[in-house]
Amino acid sequence: MTAFALPMASNDGGFIPPTISDTHLPDILPWMAEYGTGLGKQMVMIILSVVLITWFFMAAIRNPKLVPGKVQFFAEGFYSFARNTVGRDIMGEKNFRPWVPLLFSVFLFVLLNNLFGAVPFLQLPSFSHAGSAYAIALIIYFTWIAVGVQKHGIRFFKLAVVPSGVPGWILPLLVPLEIISNFIVRPLTHSLRLMATMLAGHMIVVLAASGARFLMTEQDNLLLQGTGVAVIIGFVAMYGLELLIMVLQAFVFTLLTAIYIQGSLEADAH
Amino acid sequence: MITAEVILAASEGANPLLPNPWEILVTAVAFAVLLFVVKKFIAPTFEKSYTDRVEAIEGGIEKAEEAQAEANALLEQYKAQLLDARTEANSIRESARAEGAQILADLKEKAAEESARITAQAQVQIESERVAAVNSLRNEVGTLATQLAGKIVGEALNDDARSNRVVERFLTDLENQANAGVSK
Repeated sequence: MTAFALPMASNDGGFIPPTISDTHLPDILPWMAEYGTGLGKQMVMIILSVVLITWFFMAAIRNPKLVPGKVQFFAEGFYSFARNTVGRDIMGEKNFRPWVPLLFSVFLFVLLNNLFGAVPFLQLPSFSHAGSAYAIALIIYFTWIAVGVQKHGIRFFKLAVVPSGVPGWILPLLVPLEIISNFIVRPLTHSLRLMATMLAGHMIVVLAASGARFLMTEQDNLLLQGTGVAVIIGFVAMYGLELLIMVLQAFVFTLLTAIYIQGSLEADAH
Repeated sequence: MITAEVILAASEGANPLLPNPWEILVTAVAFAVLLFVVKKFIAPTFEKSYTDRVEAIEGGIEKAEEAQAEANALLEQYKAQLLDARTEANSIRESARAEGAQILADLKEKAAEESARITAQAQVQIESERVAAVNSLRNEVGTLATQLAGKIVGEALNDDARSNRVVERFLTDLENQANAGVSK
């Protein structure tokens, strides 16, 4: 909406590209309040995602059968992906069981919120807003630190930052690097990787929409208006790529969650 | 509905790295709720249907293995029975053959005995008939010869004693001639 309004706001004939702020819609509650002061569309979508996931899976498992029906089979596909492909393969037969609910929740939560970006009218990947990405990455950050401390005690921090089998003289160089890499860079990359890919995808959608609108409605030249159609055709290809990235990033985020927790559980093994 | 202020505020270009604290809160709470529901209801149900299915499949395999073992046992049994039957048939055939041979030999022996007996009997009969014939011939020939000779030479030969001697001598000569003829 804002994206469409922008060129009109300063209509001096030139195209004004959309900015990051265009992903920050006015809040819903209170209605049209400035972004960040109340309940926004992004928050509604986060809540919607939890409702949808809960509703779908509760319906799918209401009457579990030995030979699953279509819906149960579909639901089990997600579960066994999180359980076997991510959990068991990364964490190993011994450790993975208690972590399956977390991995399943993370995967479904991120996946559905990403896919919101591909649904018309919703059309906003929730994790293109840094706050959500920080929140979920922080939950996982605290989780793997807590797991490490619970399993290895305070020695976990030493295990995490002092690599074994390294000559002593190199440690002064290596330990600060490990601290930065594990405790500072890791949660940042974990959250920003998700946020940046989703934001970039969303900006492409916004750019294509505003660009096509600008070309088709603001230009008098028929040839230039025709290029607007070309923009839409190109956008469809980008949309397909975005879908792939949305699924891929949900997978990567879950995979990294499993790897971090596995690293804490087996901190003394390397 | 879009006011100039909103657009101005937006067009300043917000920093995408600065989070909206409300969004952090909402995301964290929503995720916690989701995790709770998954942990409490969804995951256990899936795990249960997993184990149920594994059990069902393993039970099925076990049952199939049992049936297979049973079938194998039956097959072995049948094979053994077949072998027994074959052996028995063979032995029956062998004994039948032996018995047949025995019966044949017995019959042959009996037939030989019978034929020997019949031959012996026939010889005895022939011998006795020959003796009887010889005796009756001797009597008849003697009588006839005597009568004949009497008729030729008259009553001279009525003396029995003498005529008998003559006849005996004649017959002995005759026999000797016949024997000589046979032996010649």
